[in-house]
Amino acid sequence: MNHWIIAPVVLPAILAPVIAFVMRHDITLARAASFAGTITLAAICIGLTVTAAGGETVSYALGNWPAPFGIVLVLDRLSAVMLLLTALLALIVLLHAAATGWDARGRHFHALFQFQLMGICGAFLTGDAFNLFVFFEVLLIASYGLMIHGGGRVRLQAGLQYVVMNLAGSTLFLFALGTLYAATGTLNIADLAEKVRALPVEDAALVRSAAMMLMIVFAIKAALFPVQFWLPGTYANAPAPVAALFAIMTKVGAYAIVRVHSVVFGPDVPVLAGLPGTWLMPAALVTLAVGAIGVLGARRLMPLLSFSVVGSMGTMMIAVAAFTPQATSAALYYLVHSTFSAAALFLLADLVVSRRDTGDLLRPQSPTVQNGLFAALFFAGAIGMVGMPPLSGFLGKLLILDAMRDTPEMAIAFVAILLGSLLMLVGFARAGSILFWKSTAIGPAPTDATADEVAAESPEPARFLEVAPTAAALALLAGLAVFAGPVSGYLGAASWQLFDSSGYVAAVLGQDEEG
Amino acid sequence: MELLVASSVGVLTAGGVYLILRLRAFAVILGLALLSYAVNVFLFSTGRLMVNAPPILQKYGDASYTDPLPQALVLTAIVISFGMTAVLVMIALGAFLEADHDRIDMDDDTATGPAGEEPGA
Repeated sequence: MNHWIIAPVVLPAILAPVIAFVMRHDITLARAASFAGTITLAAICIGLTVTAAGGETVSYALGNWPAPFGIVLVLDRLSAVMLLLTALLALIVLLHAAATGWDARGRHFHALFQFQLMGICGAFLTGDAFNLFVFFEVLLIASYGLMIHGGGRVRLQAGLQYVVMNLAGSTLFLFALGTLYAATGTLNIADLAEKVRALPVEDAALVRSAAMMLMIVFAIKAALFPVQFWLPGTYANAPAPVAALFAIMTKVGAYAIVRVHSVVFGPDVPVLAGLPGTWLMPAALVTLAVGAIGVLGARRLMPLLSFSVVGSMGTMMIAVAAFTPQATSAALYYLVHSTFSAAALFLLADLVVSRRDTGDLLRPQSPTVQNGLFAALFFAGAIGMVGMPPLSGFLGKLLILDAMRDTPEMAIAFVAILLGSLLMLVGFARAGSILFWKSTAIGPAPTDATADEVAAESPEPARFLEVAPTAAALALLAGLAVFAGPVSGYLGAASWQLFDSSGYVAAVLGQDEEG
Repeated sequence: MELLVASSVGVLTAGGVYLILRLRAFAVILGLALLSYAVNVFLFSTGRLMVNAPPILQKYGDASYTDPLPQALVLTAIVISFGMTAVLVMIALGAFLEADHDRIDMDDDTATGPAGEEPGA
C-alpha cells in the first residue's frame, strides 16, 4: 500500500496538538512550525497529484481492514487536485496571516489552522460516508475557533449563527446517513454505489429521501439557495485570512455533491432517475441570482465579496447540476479559479480596509497610502471574479457555457450566467471606482497638522510580504489561464474517472491481494 | 416498541426544531441538544429494533443478533454532539458577555458590517 495517501491527514493531526501544547506562548516558533507543516503538506500533495495522474484509483485501507468492513481512504485525480488546491491556498493564507499579524490577535491560530487543514484533507480523501461526517465535524469545529479568532461583539454573534446553522446541518447529515444505512446496510461509498444500483425500484423511497437530505446538507456547506443565508454574515465578519481560507470550505460542500451524487446517486441509478440534478439546477440558478443582486446592492466591501462568492458557487453548481463528465470538468476548472480569486479579493480587502478610517464602507474618502497599487490589485481580482479576459474566470465561464450547450437547460443557464456576470461586473466597477477612483478626486484630507504629524498618523504602507500573498493568488489565476490546456486536460480526465463509478468500486472493493 | 421509538424520535425532533427557531441563544442550544438526542435514537433504530440479542454473530446456529454497527455510529455521534454542544455554549457565552443580551439575530446594520465596529462609525 502507498502510505503517502494518509500523510495529508496525519501530518496536520500531529502538528496541531504539538503547536497547541508546546508552542502556544511563542508565536515565532508556532509560525515556523506551521509554515514547515504547510510546505511539507504542499510537497506531499504535489506528489499525490503526480501519482494520481496515472489514472489509477488507489485505495488505502485504514488498519488494513478490507472494505467495506474497514474505513478506506481513496485517492483519484479529483481528490488529488482538491488536496493540492487546499495546500496552495493554505500556504498563501498562512503567509498573509503571519505578515499582517492576524495570527497574533488571538490564541491558537496556528493549531486551529492545522486542524482545519486536517479536516479538509480528510474530507477530500475519505471513501466512507460516515467518515466524511467525522471529517466535516473536524473541519467545522476548527472553523468555529478560527471564525471568532480575535473576538469582538459582532464577530461573536455572527460566529454563533454560523455554529448553530452548521450544527443543525450536522444533525441532518446524521439523519441522512441513518436512513441510508437502514436502506442499504452499508456506508462505504463504493459499496453504496453497488447496493444503490442493485436496489429494486419499489424500495426507492428511503434511498431517494436519503439522497436529497444529503444534498441539503452539502448545499448548506456550499451555500446554495435556500440555505445560503449564513455565508454573507459569516464571511463578512470573519478575520480576513480566515475568510480567504473559507473559500475552500464552500468547495468542500461542492466536492461532496460532486463525489456522492455522481458515484453513489449518479444519473445512471434507476431508483433516483436523475432526481438530484432536477433539484440542483433551480437551486444553482437562484443562488447565482442572489449572489449577483447581492453584489449589486452591497453597501460595504466585505459583504460585496461574500455575495460574489455566493454568485460563483451558483455558476459552478449550474455546471455540476448537469451531471455530465464534460460539465463537471468545466465546473472543476471554475472551482479552482473561484477559490483563488475569492482568496485574493479577501486578502486584498484586508489590506485596504485596515488602512481606511471608514472601514469597509463603500464611501469615498481621501486616498490611503499606495492607492494605485491597491487599485491595480483590486482591478485584477475583480476581473478574475467577474470572469473577464484575460484571467482564468473568463475561461472557466466559457468552459461551463460550452458544456451546457447540449443540455435541455441551455437557454436558462446561458441567460443566468451571462446576466449574472453583467450584474457582478457593474457591482465591482461601482465598488472599485468609489473606493479608489473617487478618492483621488477628494484629495488628501484637510488638516492643520504638519507633514510630519500627518505621516505619523496615516497608516503604514503595506510591506512587500503583506502584498505578496494577494499577488501570488492573482499570479495563480494568470497561471491557470496560461496553462488552461494541461489543467483542464487533467480535470477532464478527473471527471471521466469520477463518472466511471465501476472503476471506483473495483479499486475499493476488488483488492483481494492485500499488502 | 416501534411505535414508542418512532414517536419519541418524532416528538424530540419537533421540539428541537421549534426551539431552534426561537430568538434566544439558550433556547436554540436546548433545541440542538434535543435534535441530537433525536438523531441518536434514530441512528440506533436503523439497525432494526431488537430486544435481548447480543451484538455479535452466534457461532452455533442461533441467528438472532443485533446489528453492532449503528451502536458504534451512535457512540461516535454522541461524542461529537456532546463536544459540539460544549463549544456552542462557550461561544454563546462569549457573545452574551460581549453584547449583554443573548438574542441570536443581529441588527441588519451590524449583521454585514465589519467586526467590532458600529455602523457608520
